[in-house]
Amino acid sequence: MAIATPIEKALVVPPRRSAVRRFEKRLLSRSNLRAAISIVLFLILWEIGARSKQWTGVAMPWIGQIPAPTAVLRVWIGLLGDIGYWQSWYLSFGRVLAGFVAAMLVGIPLGLLMAVSKTFNGVAFPSFEILRPIPPLAWVPVSIIFWPTQELSIAFVTFLGAFFTVVINVVGGARSIDIRYFQSAQAMGSSQWDIFRRIVLPATLPSIVVGSSVGMGITWNVVVAAEMISGGGSQSGGSGGGLGFFIWNSYVGGSYEQIVVGMISIGIAGYICSEVLRSLGGFCTPWMKKR
Amino acid sequence: MSAVLETVSPQKAVTKGAILIEDVVKIYDPEGASVMAVDHCSLDIPAGEICMIVGPSGCGKTTLLNAIAGFHDITSGKISMDGQMLCGPGKPMAEPGSDRIVVFQNGALFPWKSNLDNVAFGPLMQGKLSKKAIYEKARGMMADAGLSGTEDNFPGEVSSGLRRRVEIVRALMNDPKVLLFDEPYRALDSLTKSVMHEALLEIYYKNRVTIFFITHDLEEAIFLGHRLVIMTSRPCRPKKILTVDIPHPRDYSVLTSPRFRQLMDETIEVVHEEARKSFAAGEKEG
Repeated sequence: MAIATPIEKALVVPPRRSAVRRFEKRLLSRSNLRAAISIVLFLILWEIGARSKQWTGVAMPWIGQIPAPTAVLRVWIGLLGDIGYWQSWYLSFGRVLAGFVAAMLVGIPLGLLMAVSKTFNGVAFPSFEILRPIPPLAWVPVSIIFWPTQELSIAFVTFLGAFFTVVINVVGGARSIDIRYFQSAQAMGSSQWDIFRRIVLPATLPSIVVGSSVGMGITWNVVVAAEMISGGGSQSGGSGGGLGFFIWNSYVGGSYEQIVVGMISIGIAGYICSEVLRSLGGFCTPWMKKR
Repeated sequence: MSAVLETVSPQKAVTKGAILIEDVVKIYDPEGASVMAVDHCSLDIPAGEICMIVGPSGCGKTTLLNAIAGFHDITSGKISMDGQMLCGPGKPMAEPGSDRIVVFQNGALFPWKSNLDNVAFGPLMQGKLSKKAIYEKARGMMADAGLSGTEDNFPGEVSSGLRRRVEIVRALMNDPKVLLFDEPYRALDSLTKSVMHEALLEIYYKNRVTIFFITHDLEEAIFLGHRLVIMTSRPCRPKKILTVDIPHPRDYSVLTSPRFRQLMDETIEVVHEEARKSFAAGEKEG
């Protein structure tokens, strides 16, 4: 080293920790412990509330009408062997994924185009802004009329749920890129295409990640409601029409435990999706987490 | 370090990057409420000089820098480099080019690229060398600047002082004739700043490019510069040009020398007057 000033020793960057140790530390972390306490406490309170009538003779308001977690668990275990139940998972997941992926595939390029081209934005934005406030569920009847199959119409409504959020985030992200990045890239000899590929795209990635995780949440909201309204898109009847239909069907069938099973299933499904998305997002934007 | 310093004397071995600013005027928004940012400004910067531009906040120094870099146009006048016109009559805006690289106020390293990829970015874009040669050169230059071990880190993972140094190395990788500094050390604390100043001089003694350096830190200005150009408050025009006759290479012992104090006093007087005018005019940061 030609010039080694003492300050450099003070400015040395710490090496990255190994992945295994990081994982271990994360698993046993205080925050995970707190999460466990939170869930256990919630279940205990729920059990007490739900069993209040049985135990004290007086039903607690509201919560007294709900099946107890132990009862729910019993029904759930029974359902684990039921193909129809897993079919519901599969169908809802498929719809969410189809709608979500389509929203990303259409939304990201559209958003980038709107951010990059003033002309295109001028033409597209007004229509976009009129369509955007329409709740996805308001599209259900039209969608059923337009699309040849129930399946497609549900997927379309799901798509709408994520689409607008993704586009808005992409446009916002691409527009807020620091102008100095463009200036220095240009000065260093980048072509327009280089600037798009090496500046606009990576600089927008964090916004794409945010937009997609918000969009994913909306997608689950929408798919469940759409399944309830459209009757699950399944002609087979029973519990073969997605988790939303599973809940509705359980309600009609009078199995309150099954309703709760359906609700929790959606919670778990949504959680899985956002976790996958989070780690995918972290993988795509490694520079964001190490601040 | 000493070997480097011994071999170099100022104003030698430099044959590129002379900047000539002739009668440049910049008026913002000529149609509406026009604001004159630069007022008939002329300045001759010989190649290889460290020229410090000192002036009150918002006086239009950055406007001048942007005109040289090719980020903004000028209203009239002419700016040329090594006898070639960058912008002037018939061509209000210079083209940005790798011969004039800006080091920005808060840094403009690409946060999504590792330090090494940042440093290699310019040559990769220009495609003058093979990829392998570029990365070899990048590693070499980073090592020279004391940046070994930070190559694979993202800019956000290293201290702001190191980040600034990476940015200077990234600029130098383009073999620029002129480095344009827009208050690059403004956000740094004074201790880091003093380290950065010496590091910059070390890098300068090796590379000998013309440096156009905007600051309003007088100590920084006198310590680094061959000359100080003290600007009037908006509109911006050279008010006084001061030659710093402390010989290069310099190190931080210069700061305590009587000559340095003397120059400080001279400068403070001139600058303070302008600062007061600027403050009275209610100019904001710009």
